[in-house]
Amino acid sequence: MRIVVDYDLCESNAICMQIAPDVFEVRDDDFLYVLNDAPDEDRRAAMDEAAQRCPKQAIKVED
Amino acid sequence: MRSSVTIVGASLAGLRAAETLRRDGFDGTISLIGDEPHVPYDRPPLSKQFLSGDWEADRLALSPPERITGLDLDLRLGQRATGLDVCSHTIEVEGTAEGYDGLLIATGARCRTIRGTEGIDGVYTLRNLDDGLAIRAALRDSPRRVVVVGAGFIGAEVAATAVGYGVPVTMVEALPAPLGRVLGDTVGSVVAELHVDHGVDLRCGVGVEEICGTDSVESVRLSDGAVVETDLVVVGIGVVPNTEWLEDSGLTIDNGVLCDETCLAAPDVTAAGDVARWPNPRYGELMRVEHWDNAVEQGAHAARRLMQSSEEARPFSPVPWFWSDQYDRKVQLAGRARPDDEVRLVDGSFQERRFAVIYGRGGRLTAVFGMNRPRQVMQFKGLLESGASWNEALDFAEVQT
Repeated sequence: MRIVVDYDLCESNAICMQIAPDVFEVRDDDFLYVLNDAPDEDRRAAMDEAAQRCPKQAIKVED
Repeated sequence: MRSSVTIVGASLAGLRAAETLRRDGFDGTISLIGDEPHVPYDRPPLSKQFLSGDWEADRLALSPPERITGLDLDLRLGQRATGLDVCSHTIEVEGTAEGYDGLLIATGARCRTIRGTEGIDGVYTLRNLDDGLAIRAALRDSPRRVVVVGAGFIGAEVAATAVGYGVPVTMVEALPAPLGRVLGDTVGSVVAELHVDHGVDLRCGVGVEEICGTDSVESVRLSDGAVVETDLVVVGIGVVPNTEWLEDSGLTIDNGVLCDETCLAAPDVTAAGDVARWPNPRYGELMRVEHWDNAVEQGAHAARRLMQSSEEARPFSPVPWFWSDQYDRKVQLAGRARPDDEVRLVDGSFQERRFAVIYGRGGRLTAVFGMNRPRQVMQFKGLLESGASWNEALDFAEVQT
């Protein structure tokens, strides 16, 4: 599984950080940083939720 | 196991419900019925990127066409559900009755309008793609002024976008400050200054008496006697849930479809999104939430509820959260603040319009509001979800700064 963020779409709403702080972090500069772009398979439900609840639909979960 | 699920309402809650069912492995028929002719699209950009002209309609799709195809839906667009009878498990679509096995109601809400303005050209509400197209065309037509009625989130976003067109904007708000009902006057005044500094003629504490004009709008008369000449009015004064089709359904309709705390409205019937009203156990009160994120979460929850026994069902108990983009500012609110809650600045400053404030009442943290502070908003949203006390929230703020 690979996490791909479209930074042209991302507006740092940070909901992904709340769902999966081990993978997504919005820092004090208001930018999103992906801490781990290849999370373990047991994180798939959280990754799907982050993708679905991103207001900008900027997160893709690729196989 | 169910053989089929019928979802009425093909917007955010309805589509996310269908996606959830498929992701969870449901392989029966899913009918998704919507009264608009468009494939499911996202509404928040209508007042922002779409209205400004940065985006065209193709950018609004809620899911790419191949993903919608992959859901293998019985997708029926441009069809309106006209009736429901929960006793006989029958819905009526465009006047034709059909049975259902499981039913999810996600018919959303529509804009409140000002009585007497129906026949006047140049007066709009913004909810649908067609509304967005009409208002965008009007803004491109160099109106001499746009009057925005209501400084809630839709009104404030329309005002900000209209400023980008170089059109003079008057925004009228009945409360003392924009969003005062949810933010209180102190924070509301920061939002007010944001608009005033961008040249908006903001009139707070006044109502609209009359929208004048015979064929086309000519002016707006306010409760303080002022008359604002205009040829374009956008009304953003809230929404009403679309429940008329459920009048004799056997469901309880009371400012939305009344559900239990698991989103079940009747046996085999759930509701989600703007139309659903349910007792959120976190707050011990009936809520109807009109936010984007709620439609996503409740759509998924209501879909799963249809697949569960009453023993398996879980209550739906979110902390409400939304965002709004105005000019170059992103504002976010999580939780439920009341105007008389205690307010504490925990990060940044009002002057630089980059700050986070928390709200508290009765020793509990009740809400967090941020302007260009998404990280802090999400951190405090986590505290809200864990039921943090006011003191715990203050301690957390201390550690962070």
